[in-house]
Amino acid sequence: MQGWISVFRREFAGYFATPVALVFIVIFLILAGVFTFELGGFYGRYQQADLRPFFDFHPWLYLFLIPALAMRLWAEERRQGTIELLLTLPIAPFGAVLGKFLAAWAFAGLALALTFPIWWTVGFLGEPDHGAILTGYLGSFLMAGSFLAIGSVLSACTKSQVVAFIITIVVCLVLLLAGLPPVVNFLKGWASPPIVEAISGMSFLTRFENISRGVVELRDLFYFLSLIAACLAMTSWVIEAKKS
Amino acid sequence: MALIAIDKLVKRFEGSSGRGPIVAVDNVSFSVHPGEVVGFLGPNGAGKSTTMKMVTGFLTPTSGTAKVAGFDVQDQTIDAQRAMGYLPEGAPAYPDMTPDGFLKFVASARGISGPARDAAIKKAVERTQLEGVLHQPIETLSKGFKRRVGLAQAIMHEPRVLIMDEPTDGLDPNQKHEVRNLIKTLARGSSSGGGGGESAANDQGRAIVLSTHILEEVEAVCTRAIVIAKGKIVADCTPAELLAKSRHHHAVTITLRAPAGSRVRDELLSMPGVRAVEVATDQTARDGVASSYTVTPKENAGDATLAARVLGLCQSRGWGVDGLRTEQGRLDDVFRDLTATKE
Repeated sequence: MQGWISVFRREFAGYFATPVALVFIVIFLILAGVFTFELGGFYGRYQQADLRPFFDFHPWLYLFLIPALAMRLWAEERRQGTIELLLTLPIAPFGAVLGKFLAAWAFAGLALALTFPIWWTVGFLGEPDHGAILTGYLGSFLMAGSFLAIGSVLSACTKSQVVAFIITIVVCLVLLLAGLPPVVNFLKGWASPPIVEAISGMSFLTRFENISRGVVELRDLFYFLSLIAACLAMTSWVIEAKKS
Repeated sequence: MALIAIDKLVKRFEGSSGRGPIVAVDNVSFSVHPGEVVGFLGPNGAGKSTTMKMVTGFLTPTSGTAKVAGFDVQDQTIDAQRAMGYLPEGAPAYPDMTPDGFLKFVASARGISGPARDAAIKKAVERTQLEGVLHQPIETLSKGFKRRVGLAQAIMHEPRVLIMDEPTDGLDPNQKHEVRNLIKTLARGSSSGGGGGESAANDQGRAIVLSTHILEEVEAVCTRAIVIAKGKIVADCTPAELLAKSRHHHAVTITLRAPAGSRVRDELLSMPGVRAVEVATDQTARDGVASSYTVTPKENAGDATLAARVLGLCQSRGWGVDGLRTEQGRLDDVFRDLTATKE
């Protein structure tokens, strides 16, 4: 069960062997900056030193950037034929799934960590609640992991990276919006209350907002982590199923 | 103990859009013992690759079992995979990696680390002559080098069982020769390359299976040939036995300087023990037109006197003889006979 480390190392180094790493990190940082300072009204926040405008845009940033990272996880292996090599090495399929996912998550985490100057800036300008910023980062990281895990399943289902990309965006969008009034109202029209409740309970956005406000509840953490675990198990299952 | 034991392996693919299922591999059974090099022959789409994919654990069989080094590939996948090296068709490798990085990855995935890793990689690189390209991205390498990277990956842990899907496909004649030499070296056992040539088949030897549709390859490196057509085994014997199935086995081909008309054919045909005579006219011969006649004996009895009798006949008739040879048999013919009759 240590094969996942080999896969992790190969995958993580793989991001830096191609322009993927550079492009992703630069675009992520530029967009994060633009959203925060231009659209988020970072400067207009009267006498407030925090990173709300910064974190508020993360879900929308991730909606496009994370599927781009996730789409290649398995679809590319299948297209290149390297999946045959990977699955005939003495590594359990789940080990390969885990290694690949963790490498992508660590890479997304690295991009997120590189936004530290913004934290340093608010710290310099005022007296922010450092605890809330830290939980903001935690929430953001968990959400990136959830998007990646969903993308991992969908990438395992197809040989086409474009298909994986688009379907991942749609699924993530649905999960993001699930708890918002338009979706809830739409569901209320025809679905029974428990179903409405269940779907709105799936919402990423409300949970992410809780965490990034500094309210770290166990059930929210559990939600993200169990979603990731379930998606990875499903990825592994899809890969096994595709063997026959 | 057989290193590979395949028992009644079946693979059915569900047909798309209402078509019936496709039976890619149909009840295939065979065993491979240490020291054997098995050539897996068959037309494209016969089920060679599918069988190999099931043996290596990449595909799940519809029914039947495959055991490698005593481990059931379905139930003890990891143990079985540890015991074998596999070169998939087309030698897939990560294009962005260098051979060095790639081999290090495979070593680590196989649990080889530290000095053992460096030694294993060094030896595999030497055997496949990859030294010159170790630090170039794999995507920039030629087909021959890519194939060798795949081979290096498959052999570096000194596996008891080596499975190669078309190891020489698309290589130039020199590269084919090198790969075949490498396979022969590997077949000799797990002792290091420079060692003496002790007895070939022993318990320390490897079991090697390679698929190909190049027939001379089977003659060159294999101790055994398995021919598969439409998912079924149609022949399982030594390359020499396969040759003996050829209708040209022990046939005599004689080339005459001047065209002598249909008279020659008839006279050759009327000789005792002759089954058929084939005529080929060679327009590119040195002086005008020469014709060659292939005289096939009745049965594959191996008529030692046939060549002498054919020559005698030619001399007594005064036909100028340009060349005479006894055929070993033509694998192409055997291959076609075995794989095309089941239409």
